[in-house]
Amino acid sequence: MRSIRRDEVRQLLKEGAQLVEVLPHEEYEEEHIAGAINIPLKELNRKTAIQLDRSRPVIVYCDDYQ
Amino acid sequence: MGFEQVYEYEDGKRDWGSFGLPREGRLAEQPSGGDVARADVPTCLLSDDLSEVRRRVRESGWETCIVVNEDRVVLGRLGRKAIGSDDGESVEEAMTDGPSTVRPSIGLDALLKRMQSNTSAVGSSRPPMGSLSGSCSAARPRSA
Repeated sequence: MRSIRRDEVRQLLKEGAQLVEVLPHEEYEEEHIAGAINIPLKELNRKTAIQLDRSRPVIVYCDDYQ
Repeated sequence: MGFEQVYEYEDGKRDWGSFGLPREGRLAEQPSGGDVARADVPTCLLSDDLSEVRRRVRESGWETCIVVNEDRVVLGRLGRKAIGSDDGESVEEAMTDGPSTVRPSIGLDALLKRMQSNTSAVGSSRPPMGSLSGSCSAARPRSA
């Protein structure tokens, strides 16, 4: 999995990438990047990933780099 | 899991919010520090002539001036005493540390908790990282 910065995120989103916030539900509800879906890291598996389109890039993120 | 193109946005949603990019959620609907920060706060460079800075600040009606570098990264502050004085100092000699800096995405409640009477918190982290975007002061709020 390659790390990318903000500008590349914006470019990939223009090209149809899917955004996934991997933080807990409560933090997602507080605030998330517009358009992102929420799959908490502990719940990330084949079953929960089925909602993602395998043909499109996926960008995962959390709070910050710390 | 069969995904060929997976990336990690390593700087995360705090970085995203710091640049004023679209967010959703309960906190995103509330005003943030960036929404109330005043972008017209006077600024100066270390190399500027302090007497000229004082004149400019006084004419603007402000009582403070933020010292920045060429990239608008905050270096310090010229407070009321420094602006009101007529000492023949340099900007570097007259400036004091601070003000504290926060990201523009900070919620108003959190911002107010960090601020005391007349203490300014400067919203930053617009590109380049750490650069000044505005100033918040309990004495000079801007309506959200």
